[in-house]
Amino acid sequence: MAETITRAQLSEAIYQEVGLSRNESADLLEMVLNEITDALLKGEPVKISSFGSFSVRQKGQRIGRNPKTGEEVPILPRKVLVFRPSQLLKARIRQGHAEAARAQSGTPGASQNAPST
Amino acid sequence: MTKSELIARIAERNPHLYQRDVERIVTNIFDEISKALGRGDRVELRGFGAFSVKHRDSRVGRNPRTGASVEVSEKAVPYFKTGKQLRDQLNGGDDGEGDDDAS
Repeated sequence: MAETITRAQLSEAIYQEVGLSRNESADLLEMVLNEITDALLKGEPVKISSFGSFSVRQKGQRIGRNPKTGEEVPILPRKVLVFRPSQLLKARIRQGHAEAARAQSGTPGASQNAPST
Repeated sequence: MTKSELIARIAERNPHLYQRDVERIVTNIFDEISKALGRGDRVELRGFGAFSVKHRDSRVGRNPRTGASVEVSEKAVPYFKTGKQLRDQLNGGDDGEGDDDAS
């Protein structure tokens, strides 16, 4: 079943990989997230090769509707963060998904979108 | 900012670390996230956002050039949802609550 990975597991991975203390591993993870956040807040896109890119997009005002009451409400102009996954990340996920589907059905090649790799 | 610029910025702030190690750390973080998504897991970084995998059913698509219809098979795609804190920061506010999403 799908699990949820959090900061704890990511800093544990850093700890295992580089051998810094657990505390320092956690601090470095936080620093990385903060640097990315700072760049984005300055409007600077962040491009991580083989992973994906983050950028900030300005959205104009539009009229929305409360789906429950049907009432019209203005949606104010705002900034949104967009993540565009790299081709590599997309391929990795597609492949993992196809493998899981195959393992589950127990019939190799059951999934029509088996990657050619 | 590119990945190498990110590494340089982190290295600058941690003069006691070798640049090579900072590189490994940064690479490791994104590798772990990719690996988790490859397994179909979700990665939740509170305040920043959450990465997850969304399923797309198979559909009939069209070749935009020829108009021929093609069967697009079912697949899984990565998805990122911005965390509430970051979303608020982007909009210049720290307007506390008001959203049901904690991620």
